[in-house]
Amino acid sequence: MSQTSIDPRSLRAPPKRPIKLSWSDERVRGIFWQVVVVGIVVSMVWWLWSNTVHNLEVRRIATGFGFLGREAGLPIAESLIDYNPTNSYLRALMVGLLNTLKVAVVGIILATVFGTLIGIARLSKNWVLRTLSATYVEVIRDLPLLLQLLFWYAILQGLPGPRQALHPAEGVFLSNRGLKLPWIQWEGAHSLALVAFLLGLVATIMYRRQALAKQIADGVPRAVWPVALVCLVALPLAAWAALGAPFTPDIPALRGFNFQGGLTLSPEYFALLAGLVMYTAGFIAEIVRAGIQAVPNGQREAAQALGLRPGAVLRLVVLPQALRVIVPPMTSQYLNITKNSSLAVAIGYQDIVSIANTTLNQTGQAIEGIAIIMLVYLTISLSISGFMNWYNARIALVER
Amino acid sequence: MSDAAIPTPARPAPITLVGPIAWVRNNLFSGWISGLISLVLLFLIVKWALGFIEWGVINAVWSVPNNQTQACRDLRGTGACWAVITEKHRFILFGTYPYEEQWRAFLSILIFSGLFIVSAMRSFWRKELALVWIGALTAIGVLMWGGVLGLNYVPQERWGGLVITLILATFGLAFAFPLSILVALGRRSRLPAIKALCVIYVELIRGVPLISLLFMASVMFPLFLPEGMNIDKLLRAQIAIILFAGAYLAEVVRGGLQTLPRGQYEAADALGLSYWKKTGFIVLPQALRLVIPPLVNTFIGFFKDTSLVLIIGIFDLLTAGKTAIIEPAWQGFGIEVYLTVGFIYFCFCFAMSRYSQNLEAELNRHRVR
Repeated sequence: MSQTSIDPRSLRAPPKRPIKLSWSDERVRGIFWQVVVVGIVVSMVWWLWSNTVHNLEVRRIATGFGFLGREAGLPIAESLIDYNPTNSYLRALMVGLLNTLKVAVVGIILATVFGTLIGIARLSKNWVLRTLSATYVEVIRDLPLLLQLLFWYAILQGLPGPRQALHPAEGVFLSNRGLKLPWIQWEGAHSLALVAFLLGLVATIMYRRQALAKQIADGVPRAVWPVALVCLVALPLAAWAALGAPFTPDIPALRGFNFQGGLTLSPEYFALLAGLVMYTAGFIAEIVRAGIQAVPNGQREAAQALGLRPGAVLRLVVLPQALRVIVPPMTSQYLNITKNSSLAVAIGYQDIVSIANTTLNQTGQAIEGIAIIMLVYLTISLSISGFMNWYNARIALVER
Repeated sequence: MSDAAIPTPARPAPITLVGPIAWVRNNLFSGWISGLISLVLLFLIVKWALGFIEWGVINAVWSVPNNQTQACRDLRGTGACWAVITEKHRFILFGTYPYEEQWRAFLSILIFSGLFIVSAMRSFWRKELALVWIGALTAIGVLMWGGVLGLNYVPQERWGGLVITLILATFGLAFAFPLSILVALGRRSRLPAIKALCVIYVELIRGVPLISLLFMASVMFPLFLPEGMNIDKLLRAQIAIILFAGAYLAEVVRGGLQTLPRGQYEAADALGLSYWKKTGFIVLPQALRLVIPPLVNTFIGFFKDTSLVLIIGIFDLLTAGKTAIIEPAWQGFGIEVYLTVGFIYFCFCFAMSRYSQNLEAELNRHRVR
């Protein structure tokens, strides 16, 4: 095989010969094998496709996505948007998608925090902390996630009922109905404050970028924190106060046989989240540890020799280099959390897979059901890897 | 004049740096925060360990007569009910395989384990290993199906437990590995059509969860096949697992192909080797050697992932464990069963992970100065 055209040496390659219709010409062989392989793949796909069409006709299974508009009639226990069984399949699938995202997003955040802490603990000078976190990582990574989910779910189901609920702190109840937490009554003012916070975040980031550009131009450092304080704290507070500063705590309390009020994490959601976070944290810990260890000690020492304070050493020298090693494998862990959240179906949490599965059982339209699942996950996977690739490109080493 | 140099007085000996006391000072109490962490953690570890011993050993019930689980229920969670394991261990290990014939399943598990151990030893890494694999897998097939050599025939629907987990993992590995090498080579090929097919295959499979492939295998495969042709459920799941593992392994192999210095490819070209000779004699032996540790890690992940067949109702180890506690008498003893099943998975995965670490150290020995 000769060199590809990327190689500069190919510039000196002999001029292209005309294709000779002979087996000894490499290009003829290449085209021949491609035609053979593509031919085999296409004929196999065609064979499977024609079988499928035939089988669908024989079994009188409808095709197409027309069923999405029909009444679903399937009850969903927890939902972020209004839903009842008379809604359409499309709405039910939307609920499932939101439930998947609810687990994935919260899981990614918690697993990152927890995993980073354990990864740092593995490098601690303290023998107990080091050994304990190493044991945790080893054990948790050697057990199937599905087993862990079933285990947590079994533990939650074995908890006492609401009347004998575990009550570790005021307003926190853990029972076989799930975890109850105190919350506030959500009103328009809170949503407005949240929007103001997000706008403030964007403004702060933009200001910081400008300040940095100016500092590079004239060498004068500019403080970002006053702007951050105004945008991230004062602005949301003002928005909240402008609508009358509503604050009504919503503390769960036992009424009769069940709890009322408060924020509820259902046993299914709680078991799924706990299992996913603890499992993935074991992998993230190893990634973080490897990333920190990948920064040569000389870098740290050189930074200290320049007179940087310990915080600045970490922030300006160690972390930027460690992140370069950490980000690519972290991306695949985030993708894993999202894909593994599909195990929800085993413990009865109604995510997209669970609802699509019920849909395909009710309508008999297996191909469409599985196509929906695959499409959803492909979209999520591509979005996450797209974002992480962008982030990775930002922090990557700038070479000549 | 006495210019004789006056020796400076010797400095005091440093505080002891060796010995158990120094070790404790350095590793447990190097500062007051560290000391506090040590004390709190040690306290918690001792407390939990004592609690676990009390639950799992002291208060535990080890056996009950005739499925009368009242003794276990009376504990109300203060002690483990290991009676469920005593009663159901054969079911968890062998599923619904006929009781008198379970020695055959047991023997198959032993052959599997022997096969893994032999394959792990570097002195056996020769061409003959392929023959050992073929022989061992044939022997397992004969043992499990029977119908020859005076063994009774056991239909595949009755297989279950640990054997199914091992079958799914081993056959998955045996077929996915060659597939992954072909796909990895295809992805680095200069032929655009072949490269595109391999990229689509890998990215499509890696972008979706294994469950969706298993669902596909269980509900869509029957639609794909011509009328009258039917593939067994276990085989369908096996195919899904092979396709899944093939895509992930292909990425690991591709990593090895990319790390191999370009000079190796060029030298092979300069010798006038054909593509397959170059690949077989120069590229693959070096590239695969580079990726053995990550390959073993992928195998571990993939061994654990076979447990997902629970969702489509195939009777592997985890499904057997979950089914064992469906019976009303044994309901509610999930923790004991899952701890036991987890211990079995742990033994296999821990052995593989230790092996991968040792192998990595051994293969990198030439790099250590």
